[in-house]
Amino acid sequence: MPHVLRLAVIGTAAGLFSGLFGVGGGTVIVPLLIIWLGYGEREATGTSLAAIVIIASIAAAAQAAYGNVDWLKAAFVGIPAVGGVLAGTALQQRVPQRTVSLAFASLLVAIAITLVL
Amino acid sequence: MDLAGALAIGFAAGVVAGMLGVGGGVLFVPALVLAFGLGQVEAEATSLAAIVPVALVGAWRQKGYGNLRLRDGLLLGVLAAGGAIVGVVIVNAVPERAIELGFAALLLFVASQLVRRAWRTD
Repeated sequence: MPHVLRLAVIGTAAGLFSGLFGVGGGTVIVPLLIIWLGYGEREATGTSLAAIVIIASIAAAAQAAYGNVDWLKAAFVGIPAVGGVLAGTALQQRVPQRTVSLAFASLLVAIAITLVL
Repeated sequence: MDLAGALAIGFAAGVVAGMLGVGGGVLFVPALVLAFGLGQVEAEATSLAAIVPVALVGAWRQKGYGNLRLRDGLLLGVLAAGGAIVGVVIVNAVPERAIELGFAALLLFVASQLVRRAWRTD
């Protein structure tokens, strides 16, 4: 399959995830760039972030049209997160990702259980 | 949970975003629900707005580290537009409980992916 067509498939799947669940779509993009397009792990995460800028902007604009965005609360979580992403990208350059991935996975399982209950 | 909790989760979401190349929404959404009492759809919408500056700064840093293929990243984003809009329209049309359960399923899926990847590498 041509490169641009693969990007279109990944993008469409990521866009749907983003719109449906209020996320960036990186959980779809990163593994597919690695498995399907032969990206290195760090390269996949960097490229994913660039795609997310556009995807989240479009999805946020669509949600804003429905009047669902609370801008003040977005700032409350978003501003500390900008500090966090500076730390996270710096950290990513020096540590093995295995431990972090497993810890993050445990956290997600705990949140999922809270949501269902 | 209070404002301090929301700020702490926000920071943690940013660290995760930088480490894993995601937007941080998997943490933003539950934080907005649990700390601020937003409904699931409002939390998702607000999460999307919070993601934009995080991903922008993360991508800029990764460009500096030589980990960004800009052309592919931009193409991916533009090609995702249709899917994103369809997703938002669906989420505003279906019952909130269905979205909550779907989001929980997403978290479990992401967790399983992370475990599988951790297993494969080194």
